[in-house]
Amino acid sequence: MELIDQHTKKIMEGCKARARDAGLSFQDETLEYIVTNRDLLELSPKMMIPTLYDYWVHDVEVLKEKGKYELYPSNPYETVINTRPAISFYNDNNPDWLNVMIFYHVLAHIDFFQNNLFFEHTWNYDFNAQALSDKRVISKLRAEKGRWVDYIIEFTRGIDNIVGFYDELSDVNQPQATKDAKLLDFYFDIFLQKIKKVKTHEYIKEIERYNESFKQDSSNQKAFFSRINKQYPEFEALYKKHIDRDSSHKMDIIQYILKHSPFLNKDENNWMRTVIEIVRNTSLFFQPQIRTKIMNEGWASFWHETLFLEDDRIEGHEVDFAKVHAFVTSMPRVGLNPYSLGMRLFSYIKEMVDKGKYSLEFRKINNKEQRSKFNSSTNKGKDFIFKIRKDFSDSSFINTFVDQDFVSLHKLFVAGKRLNKDRGVWEYYVKSRKTEDYRDMLINTLYHPPYIKVDQDKTDDSNLYLNHYFEGKPLVNEFISNTMLGIEYLWGGPVQLETSELESAPSSNENQFAMNYWDPIIEEDEKSELVWRRILYKMDKKKLNRKILD
Amino acid sequence: MKNKNIYQDYDCSVFQAMNASNRGHITQIRSLDDLLERDKQREEDGFPRKIRVGRLVKPGRGGKDKVVVIPTTVEEKFIHDPSLQPHQEDPSQGGSGEGEEGEVIGEQPVHAPDGEGSGSGQGEDTPHEIESNAYDLGKILSEQFELPNLKNKGKKRALKRYTYDMTDRQQGFGQFLDKKATLRKIVETNISLDNIPDINNIDPSEFLISPKDKVYRILSREKDFESQAMIFFVRDYSGSMAGKPTETVVSQHVLIYSWLLYQYDKQVESRFILHDTEAREVPDFYTYYNSRVAGGTRVASGYKMVNEIVEKENLIPDYNIYIFHGTDGDDWDSDGVDALVEIRKMLVYASRIGITISANAYAYNRKSEVEKYIERSGLLKRRADLLRLNIIPENADEAMLIKGIKKLISQ
Repeated sequence: MELIDQHTKKIMEGCKARARDAGLSFQDETLEYIVTNRDLLELSPKMMIPTLYDYWVHDVEVLKEKGKYELYPSNPYETVINTRPAISFYNDNNPDWLNVMIFYHVLAHIDFFQNNLFFEHTWNYDFNAQALSDKRVISKLRAEKGRWVDYIIEFTRGIDNIVGFYDELSDVNQPQATKDAKLLDFYFDIFLQKIKKVKTHEYIKEIERYNESFKQDSSNQKAFFSRINKQYPEFEALYKKHIDRDSSHKMDIIQYILKHSPFLNKDENNWMRTVIEIVRNTSLFFQPQIRTKIMNEGWASFWHETLFLEDDRIEGHEVDFAKVHAFVTSMPRVGLNPYSLGMRLFSYIKEMVDKGKYSLEFRKINNKEQRSKFNSSTNKGKDFIFKIRKDFSDSSFINTFVDQDFVSLHKLFVAGKRLNKDRGVWEYYVKSRKTEDYRDMLINTLYHPPYIKVDQDKTDDSNLYLNHYFEGKPLVNEFISNTMLGIEYLWGGPVQLETSELESAPSSNENQFAMNYWDPIIEEDEKSELVWRRILYKMDKKKLNRKILD
Repeated sequence: MKNKNIYQDYDCSVFQAMNASNRGHITQIRSLDDLLERDKQREEDGFPRKIRVGRLVKPGRGGKDKVVVIPTTVEEKFIHDPSLQPHQEDPSQGGSGEGEEGEVIGEQPVHAPDGEGSGSGQGEDTPHEIESNAYDLGKILSEQFELPNLKNKGKKRALKRYTYDMTDRQQGFGQFLDKKATLRKIVETNISLDNIPDINNIDPSEFLISPKDKVYRILSREKDFESQAMIFFVRDYSGSMAGKPTETVVSQHVLIYSWLLYQYDKQVESRFILHDTEAREVPDFYTYYNSRVAGGTRVASGYKMVNEIVEKENLIPDYNIYIFHGTDGDDWDSDGVDALVEIRKMLVYASRIGITISANAYAYNRKSEVEKYIERSGLLKRRADLLRLNIIPENADEAMLIKGIKKLISQ
């Protein structure tokens, strides 16, 4: 791994200046490395972060990728990583014009990393350095504790996909005022109404009293509550308990275990917390990436196209560019390409805004001819897509902007696949051209981990109770046992998981069922027969039990 | 028209067509060892094993299938099951272009094109390729097996097996300081510097120490000597073996062969015999593995050939002899009159005879002829230390094959 040469670096700096002029914003410093394919193989299981902690599963992945490559030489790699400075990886024999194109793509990625709000929790530190220090901590612990470090990593990684990414984000930039309000809210909403169950007129009187004291002196809250503490000596304790509960409610499973696990609370197991924290933070770091794939690639493709075509340095390579660009951003006949979909959507949005089509005026027009001709020349499209790049993630991006005009413009459809038994082939067919169907299909391909929370009412000092909020998709059954085994270890006691499964446990004709179930012809009938059951799994002393709840 | 997932596209592959290079196997070896060692340890710690050994097969034209051995593992998590989802496993994907709703725009055969799997058919691949992959596979398998009844026989040649130690010495730097050797070196240096005035009254604090005087121990590879072995692979390639049974038997023999190749550092001697009604010896595993199916079945012919070779080449005094035989259980000699005679002969010298019967699906519930006459002979009970029978269904998976091998070679 070595830095690119001065010549290429100069090209990069040229790209930066032009990208800035176009409105992209990113930190000055970037690092570009030439990597061999061998480096890439070893980096990809570590999500391209060279300093990520060592873990044996990564090694298995590397070996597997090497084996796979022997047969199918094509492997996925991400080139830019969200570090400070941002690091990107290149082949050493790219021609200059291609580098120009790739550099623009990379710069747009960096712009996205550094401006999209879903990445906000990654803005204030360099993950590469963080990861390096984590890696050192882990290897030091490994020297002392041996393989047990790896078990802790493994078990934590078992639940690192359900980290509270959104909870974490919601704490960023939380105004102080909402935090102060908690005490007051508790007093009036919960304490008086639910605990004391005061009569309505007393309640109103109390509100008046508060308003009165507030009017006299707005900083008087303290005095108000000191009186309450005298009146209800139990108030403070109850409030503390409430806050504790409330914050525990926001915790993801890993955090909950960190705080409440009887096993981790033993002195000799304290070191495990460090490892668990590292795994959790690493996972949190990567969360926004996978939730903005279409936007991020679309944004980068949009800008490499725009900027490349305006670049004076690449004259004579337009055809070469067109070839690579078309390869990257063509719409496949069947399948999804995040680059092309995202790029087209950004272009589409820009045009819609430029012509003033996101307006009531436009929406009122039903005539097709008039709709296509409509143009109020706002030319605010560019500003608008910059705002989208800041505030949206894939799901909101798709939900908001994929509309009938977009679907029609690019002739998009939902492709179905069905079995033709007579001919012994899978047939691909146009299943639907409806916008809603297309949007649903897109939403369904997006990354979405199950929503599983600790149920505090059913959890006590020894017993951890997890609740899977069912969203129509069951969990992968064969993974449940080992995942729970890991949680049991970290928790140090029995662990229960409540989830939903199909009533008839998958049996011998499971395959047939899966194959036929979505066959559109019998879809309706079969659907009505689906019965979901709540199931309780219990992992106790490494033994898994299954019980039907209702 | 492959199912495509949006998270599979990445910049390096899309823009720069950057792919992984083909690296030699040497670099992998140590970490693979570590990985398997670790996996073994898991069981002792009370957790299930996680690493599985897989083989990737890429179908090629005319039997030129390519096999690559890879370790795999799954990180188990709570994730949504895609198999019950309409939008992931099967139908709905994105698409673009012309076409009315309901219109078929393309099709794909349900069954993968022919040539998948292993077995019959001669290809143009060099045998070498199979060997090198087999060696890798063996490396992984060697974790699981050990040859039974290995005796010290002859000293004609020693099988090499390596162990790693920290015994090599190096000056200047290394893994740990060899204090005794270092001190000796320091004394030598000081003698040559004339820094030791009185040999009977040495004052160590006056020593001059050169950085080069420090002697370290570094990693070294040590030879391990073992008894040698001769392995006979015998395979039924009669007409009834066509298809699945051949595949199963061959897959299992690939595993055994691979393991031996690795474990005994390619020093173990293997012989390959194919039989239908007649037996013939083939020169290498590649031919053995790839030979096409021929006529009827006489199990005895294969056994007889083994006995002839052993006798003619006088192998008994110098070798531990192992015989692995794979068949579908059909035999024209349905009482096994001839076969049993040959088996009894083999039992005199063999360290282990492992017979694999890959039952045909149509004969699944009834015992095959070979199985019947071997059972009737009572040899399985009387000579359980030497004779093992393993029956596997024709569509056995990797795990069953390995279980079968364990049965064949367990002590």
